[in-house]
Amino acid sequence: MEGKEVRFGPDTSGLFATVTTGTSTGAVDSMHDSFLPVGGLVPLFNMELGEITPGGVGAGLYGILVFAIIAVFIAGLMVGRTPEFLGKKIEAYEMKMAMLVVLSLAFSILFFSAVATATAAGKAGPLNGGPHGFSEILYAYSSQTGNNGSAFAGLTGNTLFYNLTGSFAMLLGRYAMIVPILAIAGSMAAKRRVAESLGTFPTTGPIWVGLLIGVIVIVGALTFFPALALGPIVDQLINNAGRLF
Amino acid sequence: MALAVIDTARGSRRIAREARQAQAGHAPGPRNRGIFDPKLLRGALGPAVRKLDPRQMMRNPVMFVVEVTAALVTLIFVSDLVGLTSGAAREVGRAPAFEFQIALWLWFTVYFATYAEALAEARGKAQAATLRKTRSETPAHRRCEDGTFEDVGSSALRAGDVVVVRDGETIPGDGDVIEGVAYVNEAVITGESAPVLKEPGTDIRSSVTGGTTLTSDTLTISITANPGETFLDRMIALVEGAKRQRTPNEIALSILLSGLTIVFLLATATLRPFGLYAGAPLGIVVLVALLVCLIPTTIGGLLSAIGIAGMDRVARFNVLAMSGRAVEAAGDVDVILLDKTGTITFGNRLASRIVALPGVTEREALEAALLTSLEDETPEGRSVVELARKRLAEIASDGPGTKAATPAAVTTPAEAKVATVVPFSAESRTSGVILADGTVVLKGAVDAIVAALDVKAPPELQTLSDEISSLGATPLAIRRNGRPLGVIELKDTVKPGLKERFDELRRMGIRTVMVTGDNPLTARTIAQEAGVDDFMAQAKPEDKIARIRAEQADGHLVAMTGDGTNDAPAVAQADVGLAMNSGTSACKEAANMVDLDSDPTKLIEVIAIGKQLLITRGAITTFSIANDVAKYFAILPAMFVVAYPELNSLNVMGLARPESAILSAVIFNALIIIALVPLSLRGVAYRAAPAAELLRRNLLIYGVGGIIAPFLGIKAIDLLITAVHLA
Repeated sequence: MEGKEVRFGPDTSGLFATVTTGTSTGAVDSMHDSFLPVGGLVPLFNMELGEITPGGVGAGLYGILVFAIIAVFIAGLMVGRTPEFLGKKIEAYEMKMAMLVVLSLAFSILFFSAVATATAAGKAGPLNGGPHGFSEILYAYSSQTGNNGSAFAGLTGNTLFYNLTGSFAMLLGRYAMIVPILAIAGSMAAKRRVAESLGTFPTTGPIWVGLLIGVIVIVGALTFFPALALGPIVDQLINNAGRLF
Repeated sequence: MALAVIDTARGSRRIAREARQAQAGHAPGPRNRGIFDPKLLRGALGPAVRKLDPRQMMRNPVMFVVEVTAALVTLIFVSDLVGLTSGAAREVGRAPAFEFQIALWLWFTVYFATYAEALAEARGKAQAATLRKTRSETPAHRRCEDGTFEDVGSSALRAGDVVVVRDGETIPGDGDVIEGVAYVNEAVITGESAPVLKEPGTDIRSSVTGGTTLTSDTLTISITANPGETFLDRMIALVEGAKRQRTPNEIALSILLSGLTIVFLLATATLRPFGLYAGAPLGIVVLVALLVCLIPTTIGGLLSAIGIAGMDRVARFNVLAMSGRAVEAAGDVDVILLDKTGTITFGNRLASRIVALPGVTEREALEAALLTSLEDETPEGRSVVELARKRLAEIASDGPGTKAATPAAVTTPAEAKVATVVPFSAESRTSGVILADGTVVLKGAVDAIVAALDVKAPPELQTLSDEISSLGATPLAIRRNGRPLGVIELKDTVKPGLKERFDELRRMGIRTVMVTGDNPLTARTIAQEAGVDDFMAQAKPEDKIARIRAEQADGHLVAMTGDGTNDAPAVAQADVGLAMNSGTSACKEAANMVDLDSDPTKLIEVIAIGKQLLITRGAITTFSIANDVAKYFAILPAMFVVAYPELNSLNVMGLARPESAILSAVIFNALIIIALVPLSLRGVAYRAAPAAELLRRNLLIYGVGGIIAPFLGIKAIDLLITAVHLA
């Protein structure tokens, strides 16, 4: 029970961790570092998707809207019309801005984690070795980029290196996303509304939900899949084999 | 995967055209060239190599990345081979034999993409070559200022010149007829060998196209286009793809693809420090393999081929789109304005009803109607004969609906006894026959018939004819000697099959609006009969523009067809304007598409082609991105097999060795491009259906299929290359 919320037990600790990272809350009632690796994977994954999992609460709303725009664009063509979302055409400008958001998220998390794993100052941070230590680094930048506020624990973050890189991650994670999203909002607001008909791409119902999840998983999650494989996934697999870090 | 199902309506139309051409002793020609003409397949091999030029590849960021990585792996291979470099101790896949194969398949990936584009272009060029033959220098007789004529080459003609063209000569350039009446063979443009009548001042029939030939008489033509700017020139440039510009949707899609490429570049590049941290040195070759598999090479490689093939499909359908943008816009259209006359109806009046007056048997009225028209060779007359015979046959076989007797078998006893034919004259406004026994049987304008009656016309005659006129049809009265027998209703008929087409459009979410100059009552009748969603009665050209603007303000995209000069502003205002080739040059200039066969209902097919183009693009994009899932599962465990053998539990496909897994993924990635070339050139099967249904179907095939296919494909390739010991 080390690191768990002892009053409510491991179940609610897990639930709390999921909710706090799925939304952009960031409060913690337990040490995520103490979870099984697969338990640490969930909050990591939640933040790397842009804190959108419960449908986009708080700042997560714009995250899921960007994914919705990308989903409409990729699959929307399959109904034989140029893509539209909420009655507005999705064109080159919106696509550029949406990709900028996806790129900023990926860049901030992956680039700073890469710098940390490649420098002595960065390598000094993690408490644990091996893949678990890597998860600690990855979590730090995922949380800071997502402006989540939760900490994995285990990483000695109060060093010049982590404070500096972390603050850049926070800046990028907030403004490199909000600015293009506002640009999309402005561009879409100025557009003529397209009338709805039977030929309009449906953005409600189970098919749309399935499609949106598919795009989030493929575009959002696959970006981080290699990193996650080297962190919590292999960590868990090695744990299963009876080795700990 | 269902590769191509030709829409049945379209298929039968094509068959009809081929039959027509065969009848006219005219080979189907290049418009019906198959997708896999071996000559074209071979012809594209060379141009595809030239397209590998990095300066050209730059325009396609996804394939440019592949080309750069192919060059990089080739370099590493050469350097490792001669012993200049070698891999780290625990590096996966650092052997010249493996590097060579990866490099080879990366080059294939790029080449398959350029080949697809070259093949699409070759098909357009083959079509253009036939057209170009007609563009050769033709002699022209130009009128000088003093009224004499001088012989010059067609290339010396400028807009505003006046030329004379005689029987058998080729018209030297696009222009308008200002003098003379003649037949012109336009087969080079339309594929239709029946000559077309050209005369001045008729709006529709006065425009001529360079390259077509006169088959009778002499025309004086005012040239309207400079050499190189004629209709034919533009058509050649377009089908060749020479002036191809990327469409807005293609640009937006390229941005998405480039964005994804950068994201995956980031994901693979950071994997090297992550790997080093984990004690797994990852070589560039392996990272490159992962990168190329993840970036959307399938759609990146086929994107331009899809666009060229879409334009080509429109051209094969004998519609000339001025830009790819127009074809794309056609897919978005949700309101169509169609002219009534000539588009929805045949435009000539045919007998639809023969009504007997009180006290007259139907049989009597029908026989009289038949007699009046036996010698009448006009379409109206023939339709009266046809209708009367049909009804008589029904009566003879006791009741309507039975098809026991054939109409032609029914003859009236009186038929043989026709003595004199009374032809129609503008003065009498009647026509008919005088029988051997002196009986006069006539049909004609109601007032003209009434004036010649011996008895007072029954009031029913007037009410009946008023009722018929009020519906926009024309009543003709029939009399035998001095006695009125009945009324024939002549009506403009709706073309068969249109109602089904409009139903189809409705299912696609497209509203049809009929435009007519008729009164509202007539318009309503025809509108109901044709099954259009809405109509505009007593419409003037200004009303059309106003309607288009109103629809556009409500967020609709509007398509319309036109041929006359007064249609031009509305055609220009519409999002998709389809002009008839028989139309005036003003209208053709205003349009963004021209139908060479001058068949206004083709607008419906053009919309279907536009939608098919977008669906093809979307389907291959979805397929390409969905493929990534399997590739991760193939490559990631293989990459870290030394550092973290535990990750092998992600090797769900059970691939034999790390090298074979990586190689299989790269080979699959290359082969899928070539496998999808036929689909991208032909287009995804399109059925008229609501968006939700199309999405469900295509998402299942290309989305779910896109996730599953590579698992099977990569496993199969792995088995194969393991069997032949390639890795």
